[in-house]
Amino acid sequence: MATVETRSLTKRYDSTTAVDGINLAVREHEFLVLLGPSGSGKTTLLRMIAGLETPTSGDVLVGGHFVTGLPPRAHNMAMVFQSYALYPHLTVADNIAFPLQARHMARDMVAIKVNWAAKLFGIDHLLTRKPRQLSGGERQRVALARAVVRDPVAFLLDEPLSNLDAKLRASAREELQQIQRRLGTTTIYVTHDQVEALALGDRVAVLDRGSMRQLDTPQRVYAHPVDRFVATFIGSPPMNLVGGDHVETGFRPEHFLPVEVFGDDASLERFTLNITRIENLGADRLVYGLLAPPQPPVKVISRIPCTVSVAPQPGTQHVFAVRRADLHRFDARSGASLDTALDAP
Amino acid sequence: MHTASTTGSRGAAWTGSRWRVYCIQAGVFATLAAFAVFCAFPFYWMLITTFKDVHDLINTANNPFLFNLPPTMENLRVLFQETAFLRWLLNTLLVGVLVVIITLLLAVPAGYSLARLAGRRGRLLAIAIFLTYLIPPTILFIPFSRIVGALGLQDSLWSLVLVYPSFTVPFCTWLMMGFFKAVPRDIEEAAMMDGLSHFGAFLKVIVPLSSAGILTVVIFTLTLVMQEFVYALTFITSSSQYTVSVGVPTFLVRGDVYFWGSLMGACLIVSLPVALLYNVFLDRFVAAFTVGAVK
Amino acid sequence: MNVTPGALRTSGHHIEHTPHDEHWLGAMMLAPALVYIALLLGFPFLLSIWYSLTDVTVGSQAPQFVGLANFRRVVESATFWESLRNALVFTLVSQALVVVLAKVLALALVRDFPGKWLVRLLILLPWVAPISLGSIGWLWIFDPVYSIINWTLRAIGLFGPNTWPIWLGQPDLAMASVIMVDVWRLLPLATVIILAGMQGIPQDLHDAAAMDGAGFWRRLLRIDIPLLMPVMLVALLFGIVFTFTDMVIIYVLTRGGPYDTTQVLASLAFFTGIQGGDLAEGAAISLFLFPLLVAVVTLLLTLAHRSEVT
Repeated sequence: MATVETRSLTKRYDSTTAVDGINLAVREHEFLVLLGPSGSGKTTLLRMIAGLETPTSGDVLVGGHFVTGLPPRAHNMAMVFQSYALYPHLTVADNIAFPLQARHMARDMVAIKVNWAAKLFGIDHLLTRKPRQLSGGERQRVALARAVVRDPVAFLLDEPLSNLDAKLRASAREELQQIQRRLGTTTIYVTHDQVEALALGDRVAVLDRGSMRQLDTPQRVYAHPVDRFVATFIGSPPMNLVGGDHVETGFRPEHFLPVEVFGDDASLERFTLNITRIENLGADRLVYGLLAPPQPPVKVISRIPCTVSVAPQPGTQHVFAVRRADLHRFDARSGASLDTALDAP
Repeated sequence: MHTASTTGSRGAAWTGSRWRVYCIQAGVFATLAAFAVFCAFPFYWMLITTFKDVHDLINTANNPFLFNLPPTMENLRVLFQETAFLRWLLNTLLVGVLVVIITLLLAVPAGYSLARLAGRRGRLLAIAIFLTYLIPPTILFIPFSRIVGALGLQDSLWSLVLVYPSFTVPFCTWLMMGFFKAVPRDIEEAAMMDGLSHFGAFLKVIVPLSSAGILTVVIFTLTLVMQEFVYALTFITSSSQYTVSVGVPTFLVRGDVYFWGSLMGACLIVSLPVALLYNVFLDRFVAAFTVGAVK
Repeated sequence: MNVTPGALRTSGHHIEHTPHDEHWLGAMMLAPALVYIALLLGFPFLLSIWYSLTDVTVGSQAPQFVGLANFRRVVESATFWESLRNALVFTLVSQALVVVLAKVLALALVRDFPGKWLVRLLILLPWVAPISLGSIGWLWIFDPVYSIINWTLRAIGLFGPNTWPIWLGQPDLAMASVIMVDVWRLLPLATVIILAGMQGIPQDLHDAAAMDGAGFWRRLLRIDIPLLMPVMLVALLFGIVFTFTDMVIIYVLTRGGPYDTTQVLASLAFFTGIQGGDLAEGAAISLFLFPLLVAVVTLLLTLAHRSEVT
């Protein structure tokens, strides 16, 4: 049974459609990521699920019951905002206790739960501080503790890691995943960072301009993108696309390597590359170049791991290749994938 | 998937929350209406009274909301022709313009100095200046009456021109300080790199940029001048030198007889333009009041 | 390695004005205002103190120093204590009403709706009209014979044939009337200040409270009001200063009557000093305003500063 479900959920503002008829069924205990660029409608979708926005049409269901149009209280979910939205005048303890007090919980119960939540995130030593005395990472944990303390039906997280600096982000990500696995609460997570999405999600929903393009495991979204948008949005650097009359061919930079690397593998597609620039990133080298005839002069990127000792030089020509199995074909007009074997998730 | 029981509960959920929303909207509307009536009714009443025939006003048997006798311009005629109302308006305007000029000349440079050039001591000075705004006219009007007499300005509009900046300058300095602080330093520095002196940069670049703040100062000063009562009442005694704020209450009340129609007309004529001006520039005032005071 | 060609290097790496120049300019720009304030606020204030210690009157040529005699006389007069009491009642009651009503009105004005500009204009009217003229309007509304309030309430049946309150002629009613006019005048200012404060509360906090299950009252009392405290205290501060030192409303409506029941310190000082001619006693009375004001201002500003949360 789906814990949280949307049916043809739509939100329109004047002339723009922010969310266009999305059908989503989130499974129990699942960590679902809503991934998309800014303007894709992912935050609006989350807010409608939360009850903070009223849909123009369509329904939201929680545990099989319709909650469309009801205030957030009836949805029984907890949300962590991008800005954390901590109550600045309350201590950390009072912040965490707030949702429990709103439900008129007994005072001793409240204290027990607050301590439990604080310990879970390692902030029990900060209970008497005020938000302005905390670092960004500490504030984020308080926001999480406040969401967790209530044992809600689902956690809704709106880009909670985007305000942390890069180093902190990775460890925060790991912690978040561990806690979600431990608590088992259904989680819906919004982000524009596809690395985060692939790392955290049990399933990823890729959104573009209000509609959901693909809902799949990270592995399948990466290996079997359903259209050009998903293919180029996932993966850094983005997938190389070479246009034809009716069919576009795509291959990822990490699959596009100097031909020597492949050994005697017969099913290769070869490309001659005029190398223009090389970026040495330490763990990888990014090779930028233009495809030589008979290919059209398209800019492409190759990602060579440092373990490979082949080192093409800028200003030279070199033969690169891609395994035929790693090629993706897209309809040149619609962008839809022409590859077979896309099983329903 | 359980969908069986859900259609019914969905219907109930919809109407329940819709009803609540309507109730709240009605409550809000009623509240607003009540407050609007409370605030505006005296002016509405002024409007009616202005055009009422005196005999209609005096007759207690009449419904005061209706024009039992036809509306008349007589009260306004008395106001304009038999009193020095126009003269008072001119006096008020004259004092207003002069005080605005003085206030701008004093407060704008001072505000800039406090915002940019005065450093740590400047902040203390700024607070001190703000606090002087709180010295009420009711403490100062007694010594002022002697000073004004000693300077020979008794019964002259110049006494007001001299004294009014005492309550406009502190607050307007504070206002301008807030506005100047909001202008990034880079702009002056760019102007000085281009060859202007610091004061030149202030005059030719910063001041034009702060036109919003200066406009606020002008309007605030003008309205304060128009409203001031205590000093005008204390210093001025001859009817030709009255300002509107004092002339109207004093002159249109002869002993026990109140010329209500003319009084109300005068009130309206003075209040409405000020109200329109304020409404247009409201947001700036608010920013000024709140930003400065709590820091 | 410096690759900038010589021609491109500017002479000043950063602006080289000496600290000395800066201070001089700052002082020059500040001086006129400071001089004016010192001469026309500081000096009269000191003069006020001096007067209160002499026997100066409007016509006196050579005032004599009399020490604290004026103060003693003032403190011994029953009128003074009544005026002080009235001033406190007047201020505290009207400001309590203003803060509560302003908050209610601000809540109603938070959302946009068609015609909001008109409502705003109407609500602003009491504040922008000159107070003397607004008071005259109320004088007419409270008129003993023609009061529109009485007429309307009798017309709709709330007032019986024997009920005809003389608003400005009966002691408690007079105080109530004066308070009502003060509330009427200050409500717009307080509302506008509080509205601005409300706009400073990030929408995220309201969303978080909604997610946390907080209803209207919990959100208002535990989140909005604590966060609005600095702003409300500022509104209260202005209101208290304007009301406590006000004499216009009382001068126009009641002249302090009936029998000094609406006499406040400010009006008493005026009647004693200017109309009565006894400048020294008037000064002494008005000086009592000052320590009270300073105390209240300091208290409120400290409270406001402490309740700031960011």
